[in-house]
Amino acid sequence: MSSASLSLSRDDRPILIAALFILVILVAGTIYTFARFGSAPLLSPTYLLQQLQIGAFLGIVAAGMMMVILIAQIDLSVPWTLAAAAMMATSIGGPLAIPVGLGVGLLVGLVNGIGVAYLRVPSMIFTLGVNAVMRGLMVAHTGGYAPQTGATDLMRMLAGDRTLGIPNALFVWIAVSVLVTIVLQRTTLGRYVYAIGNKEAAAYLAGVDTRRITVICFVLCGLAAALAGVLLAGYSTKAYQGMGDAYLLPSIAAVVIGGTNILGGRGRYLGTLIGVVLIVLLNSVLSIMDMPEAGRQVIYGLVIIFMLLVYGRGERVTS
Amino acid sequence: MLDDVAIRIRQNIGIVTAVLLFSILYLLYNLAHPKGFSSAVLVQNGDEIFALAMLAMAQTVPVLASGLDLSVGAVMTMVGCFASYLLTGAAGGTALHLDIFGLHLGLGTFPGGVSGILLGIVICLAIGALAGFVNGCVVVYGRIQPIIATLATGAVYIGIALFLRPTPGGKIDEDLNWALTNSLGDFAATVHIFDDGAAPWFAPVAWIPVPFVLLVLIALLVWVPFRRSVLGRAVYAVGSAEGAAYMSGLPIERAKIAAFTLAGFFAGCGGLFLAIQTSSGNADIPQAGAYTLNSIASVVIGGTSLLGGTGSAIGSIFGAMVLRVISFFFRIFDIAPLLQPLFEGLILLAAVSIGALGVLRVKNTLELFR
Repeated sequence: MSSASLSLSRDDRPILIAALFILVILVAGTIYTFARFGSAPLLSPTYLLQQLQIGAFLGIVAAGMMMVILIAQIDLSVPWTLAAAAMMATSIGGPLAIPVGLGVGLLVGLVNGIGVAYLRVPSMIFTLGVNAVMRGLMVAHTGGYAPQTGATDLMRMLAGDRTLGIPNALFVWIAVSVLVTIVLQRTTLGRYVYAIGNKEAAAYLAGVDTRRITVICFVLCGLAAALAGVLLAGYSTKAYQGMGDAYLLPSIAAVVIGGTNILGGRGRYLGTLIGVVLIVLLNSVLSIMDMPEAGRQVIYGLVIIFMLLVYGRGERVTS
Repeated sequence: MLDDVAIRIRQNIGIVTAVLLFSILYLLYNLAHPKGFSSAVLVQNGDEIFALAMLAMAQTVPVLASGLDLSVGAVMTMVGCFASYLLTGAAGGTALHLDIFGLHLGLGTFPGGVSGILLGIVICLAIGALAGFVNGCVVVYGRIQPIIATLATGAVYIGIALFLRPTPGGKIDEDLNWALTNSLGDFAATVHIFDDGAAPWFAPVAWIPVPFVLLVLIALLVWVPFRRSVLGRAVYAVGSAEGAAYMSGLPIERAKIAAFTLAGFFAGCGGLFLAIQTSSGNADIPQAGAYTLNSIASVVIGGTSLLGGTGSAIGSIFGAMVLRVISFFFRIFDIAPLLQPLFEGLILLAAVSIGALGVLRVKNTLELFR
């Protein structure tokens, strides 16, 4: 038991520091708004809920991305999986919209998984190719213009409406989070995921069908991206070209800031959750400050480096 | 002797495939092109290939050390934005100033004329190398995984580029643009050497596009010496077995920093050329991302393993050329522009999948998990 709690504390440290950093962002942002406008919007629940609603899309993408990063792979096809799911969902419309959107994600995940697990093409390059294919398919489908079709009422309700004053998107995010947490901590699939991330050959020798698990992880990532796409289309009432572009790098950053090792095998979902909140809050503070895009990019990069310097450092190679 | 050749081909099967693929594709392209095999077509292709070829070389070096540099596109963009200030070539020089935090700081006048342009080129390349050096230091001394470290520094470089050029603009000296993006004959005529390019002995080579010459020069004068130096060999060693390289007393930290610095330098060359070619600086984030991703694709097509340790920057140049020639084909075969991205993706997928078919022959499944 004691060794378990010790290894936990190694994983908890990034989460604690990231949470502290969120507090720092909140305090610094509030001091700024108080000095400049005499108000503290960052502390108002309405504002925070609104930010979390926007953050839900990133959160769902990051949850899927984490599954893939945990097995030491990466999914670069997220941007156009997200956009394709949104576009197909809006163009099908009706009650089938959401299943079709998710189906797109499932299919892309399946292709990615087969390419990476069975053909052994490095995920970095295979998912990149799949992303290009999805973009090509969507450009051919829409003619390169913004699709004219709109989101269905159910999509709008899930992404834009509120229940008891809380955005529905937040509920979806929570549901996804609970699901991922249960899968990672309470199922054999979760055990296998960590095992593969640590050493795939060892997991294979231990009798794990590592290739099947890899496919499952990519399918889950594709599904998450598709779900985010469907919701995002509901939130903005339509799908648009390049709607997923802003989600790839932030989702990887959120996972890594949350303490998940980019080489796989280590990290907790709570960290990813905190990482997403950190990035969303950082973005909203920077936009309150009227920070130009240039400054945002610089600060964004420096924050990632800073956080990793604090707790993400690898071990020195000595043998 | 023949055995030796066979072994060498087998060892470099990736690069050989890339060269063959490029040769066949380019031959077909020239046969199908109405003005095929002409200097004009070559020049146009050279201009389109150069920046990506440089970025492919840039990506190769960290990949050989089993790292990945996601900031090459950002470095290219940033250097291009610097170039749009430093290479204006205005006779009286260019007044530079820095507007930051509401302050207006004069930075003096950057010299114009030929010496100013040369100085500007040196500074731009130095900025690229410096950006790469910073990447290397973050990776080595910060002990952060290269992929995520360069993701972060890439954001910083893009930020700097956006700060320099919030909107596309700036200017590049017209003579410089003309001299570097045309054939050797035009180059000689612009810089007034070899009787303005009319010297009889010069005629047989006057048709060669300058970008190709630059590419060969950079490969021969920068890459080949590096490859043969101790640091270069250490880069390969780090990529194939870092622990073993360390135990053998190789300078692994210096090798990694050198790999990223060289990547920054190559990316800087690409950015400089792109700025000269387009005569402006443009902090285009999607373009930077596309170049970074295409550089990875070029490296893979060029026969370099993403796991590190095997491959060469020369192969990546051919990988980049293969990628570009594929898009040239769209122009002559009248493929609907809307279908082009689809074909590009499918061809990339097909290329890497065919390369991976060897796994189906593996007898011991355990060999897959390296």
